[in-house]
Amino acid sequence: MAEFFHMGGYAFYVWMSFGISALVLLVNFLQPLLKHRQALREAEDYYSEV
Amino acid sequence: MSPLRKKRMYLVMLLLTAVSVATFLIIQAFNQNMMFFYSTTEVKSGAAPTDRDFRIGGLVVNGTVKRADDSLLVSFDLTDSQTPVTVQYTGILPDLFREGQGIIAKGQLNGNGVFVAEEVLAKHDENYMPPEVADSIQKAQMAQTEMPAMPANHKN
Amino acid sequence: MNIIAKWYYRLGAPNWFYPLAGKMIPWVAAIFVALLIPGLYMGLVTAPADYQQGESFRIMYVHVPAAWLSMFVYAAMAIAAVVALVWRVRMAEIMIISSAPIGASFAFIALITGSLWGKPMWGAWWVWDARLTSELILFFIYLGIFALYNAIEDKQTAGKAMSILTLVGVINLPIIHYSVVWWNTLHQAATVSKFDTPSIHIDMLIPLLLMAAAFQFLYLLLLLMKMRANLLEQDLASGWVKKIVFERQKNLKK
Repeated sequence: MAEFFHMGGYAFYVWMSFGISALVLLVNFLQPLLKHRQALREAEDYYSEV
Repeated sequence: MSPLRKKRMYLVMLLLTAVSVATFLIIQAFNQNMMFFYSTTEVKSGAAPTDRDFRIGGLVVNGTVKRADDSLLVSFDLTDSQTPVTVQYTGILPDLFREGQGIIAKGQLNGNGVFVAEEVLAKHDENYMPPEVADSIQKAQMAQTEMPAMPANHKN
Repeated sequence: MNIIAKWYYRLGAPNWFYPLAGKMIPWVAAIFVALLIPGLYMGLVTAPADYQQGESFRIMYVHVPAAWLSMFVYAAMAIAAVVALVWRVRMAEIMIISSAPIGASFAFIALITGSLWGKPMWGAWWVWDARLTSELILFFIYLGIFALYNAIEDKQTAGKAMSILTLVGVINLPIIHYSVVWWNTLHQAATVSKFDTPSIHIDMLIPLLLMAAAFQFLYLLLLLMKMRANLLEQDLASGWVKKIVFERQKNLKK
């Protein structure tokens, strides 16, 4: 297992690559979730006032 | 398609054509600057600039790598399989540096026709395989005693 | 175009698209995970180390799919731009503006992981060769498209301007692809898209194709999510959002 994480001495480069990619894609996933929820709340406020 | 849409389609195609032509002309104008490196033959024939740093690319010739005992100075020959050029470099070489490897060095020629590099980059090829497969391919090639292949996109 | 058809295009489509996308999202997400898990496992564990690059070549399994997708997303946007300009379909504009941040993210990942791969293998984080520079330009074009749309208040004008910019930028795609053929570059030539057999061992190729397929579905997933969010936000005062809000409240009361 330790050997797996060591990546033949390239651990920093390999895990940084996968880590940064995961982070960027996670942000892309969360952003529309939050935006959708926000838009739905705004729509509900809008129609409860009308 | 309605006439209006047809007109818009023509405008779209006109836009694309205009942009393509403009880009083609720009690329033509800067073609020489788009080249990342010069081949060893170009350097020997004087095609490379003499007043500023430039990059030279080629394969490390087998058996020419000499390392100094007391410093990081290393010298080796690069070739495009026609003209060899000797390169000197002081510093740490990239992991992929080895004999037969495609290398790109940045620096200038000195008076003796030796290229003094301040940066050495390794250019790897587009082949990916496990070591055992590479070994068997190499053995097969040894049997035919072939010259090493040129880097894939090195045609000049 | 008569006024009725125009309103149909403007409002009819989201009303149909929004619930359909909502139904598709869980399925697309499931396919994405089903491709990602074996792709990651094979790429990181079972694929053999490379004869030259050792374990560092595993960066390929994020770098290459991200780079492919950064170009695929743009090609899809360019097709949508033609549809938006010629047929004036608003949904195509929503597709472009929802794709731009995803494409920018893929280009960003390709650049960062390429840098993390270049440092140990080439010996440099970054060089200004034709491949790297044209990919960086692609990243900036994505940002430009996103910024242009958001800078113009009137969304009809913004959509048209953005579509034109998208079409102008499409010229960069062949440049990126052929940069390693046309010019001397530090970046190596194509491995998989060559016409002869791919120069990659089959055990290394399979995880690459799995990851590429996973990224393809990830794009679809993120696109559907972003389009839904953007549509809801823009159409706040329109009939179809009103219907959705009332139906939601009815379901909540039950």
